[in-house]
Amino acid sequence: MHQPQLIPHLFRTEYRKIVSVLCRRFGFEQMEVAEDIASDTFLTAAQTWAYKGIPPNPTAWLYNVAKNKAKNHLQRNTVFENKVSPEIKKDEAEDDTWDLDLSPQNINDSQLQMMFAICHPAISPESQIGLSLRILCGFGIDEVAEAFLTSKDTINKRLYRAKEKIRNEKIKIEMPEPAEINARLDNVLTTIYLLFSEGYYSVSQNQVLRKKLCFEAMRLCHILIENQNTNKPPVNALLALMYFHASRFEARTGKNGELILYDDQDINLWDLEMVAKGAWYLNEAAGGSQLSRYHLEAGIAYWNTQKEDTREKWENILQLYNRLLQIAYSPVAALNRTFALAKANGPEAAIIEAEKLNLTGNQFYFTLLGELYTGIDNEKALLNFKKALALIKTEADAQLVQRKISKLMK
Amino acid sequence: MDEFVLIFRHEDGTKIASPEQIQVWMKQTMDWIGGIAAQNKFVSGTGLPFADAKIVGHGGVVTNGPFGEIKETIGGFVIVKAESVDEAVEFAKGCPVLQGDGNTVEVRKVAKNDGTH
Repeated sequence: MHQPQLIPHLFRTEYRKIVSVLCRRFGFEQMEVAEDIASDTFLTAAQTWAYKGIPPNPTAWLYNVAKNKAKNHLQRNTVFENKVSPEIKKDEAEDDTWDLDLSPQNINDSQLQMMFAICHPAISPESQIGLSLRILCGFGIDEVAEAFLTSKDTINKRLYRAKEKIRNEKIKIEMPEPAEINARLDNVLTTIYLLFSEGYYSVSQNQVLRKKLCFEAMRLCHILIENQNTNKPPVNALLALMYFHASRFEARTGKNGELILYDDQDINLWDLEMVAKGAWYLNEAAGGSQLSRYHLEAGIAYWNTQKEDTREKWENILQLYNRLLQIAYSPVAALNRTFALAKANGPEAAIIEAEKLNLTGNQFYFTLLGELYTGIDNEKALLNFKKALALIKTEADAQLVQRKISKLMK
Repeated sequence: MDEFVLIFRHEDGTKIASPEQIQVWMKQTMDWIGGIAAQNKFVSGTGLPFADAKIVGHGGVVTNGPFGEIKETIGGFVIVKAESVDEAVEFAKGCPVLQGDGNTVEVRKVAKNDGTH
């Protein structure tokens, strides 16, 4: 790898590991110090390598430098001497050959614990995603800002407030008690899913960034699966769900970043290897008796990887939505369920159900009604498409509905 | 918004229906509940299996079902959210249980624990 790519690449993979391990060692009170040491390590690398060449094992080099910087910091810093040092476990304090444990096991443990700390219920979902991107995924502030379509300044403030909250709430970097893991895991999974959705449904035109967000979310989910305490059915279900979605990533957008609807997608662009991985994790998720929303959503996503329009497919999707809406209602799910109902039970049955949804502020509600009425009552179809048009905000969506209207007018 | 319980009274379905009919009835019920959930008005619900049903009478006398003189008994219930009893009744009208002659769905408001009752 050439140097221009090497540093960003290492930054992405190693920054978070160094920060997690340091934070776990120092505590959240010293979070900024951990970040400074990690950033400083990369600065040193860039400066040194530019003149002396890239060392044979750059990662080991970075860890070594990070260790030394941490050591120096500890020796110099009086705050540490007075406040943090007494907190550190006795046996460690007595050990004068101070060392930072950057073994793969400790890195994984630290990241896992960091995940639970960041996803603490006291922190707002927005901040959880922001912190996850920065601390767990090693995103630059610029990238976090672009992912949220906001300014660097806003992100800096948000992250600062979140870190303050962590300190004030005295949140610790540790695994929750076994009995508490399930309850806390819910929050962790929600954050991972939000992170994924941020990438998958983002309106940002930056394709590379969007994909990165999705893959980072999947990586975090993998960390949970690798640990036996957190390798639970809903975690596997969520990973399956993300694999199924991600398999269509390339097919979902055209050359200019425009959205390509499911029906118009080129199957050749679907990643079948990811579909297979999704199926594998969905199978893993079948252990136990807990049926989470991720199981149901993964089931739906699985059927969506089967492009053939069979009765079986739509009947299965309908039943999965029937269950999903009972445990996790959302207008999108309600609309999708109605679409599946039309496919499984016929458009007439679906129209009756659709009219009851009454989502009159939602453009997709009227678009769906327009679709359902097309061929049954074209005048009503037209009326609904026009109502949709009045609510639509983007040019691309408007063109789509306009085309449906012109077809009806013929 | 109030909560209403819809109580189904019907004969023991397993005695009168073929497995195919039960299958159809199950799908209808799932779609019916899905339709309520799609309006974000579903709270909870469950079936009450007839197997192992017991009746505990005065003086602690325990008898097995079926249930005395009544032809229909409670086979299950769902709880829905509704603006009024009329809206709850509209939900009830869609209940597949009503396809059986003599079966009923009773609609009852759930008491709130807020002192208004």
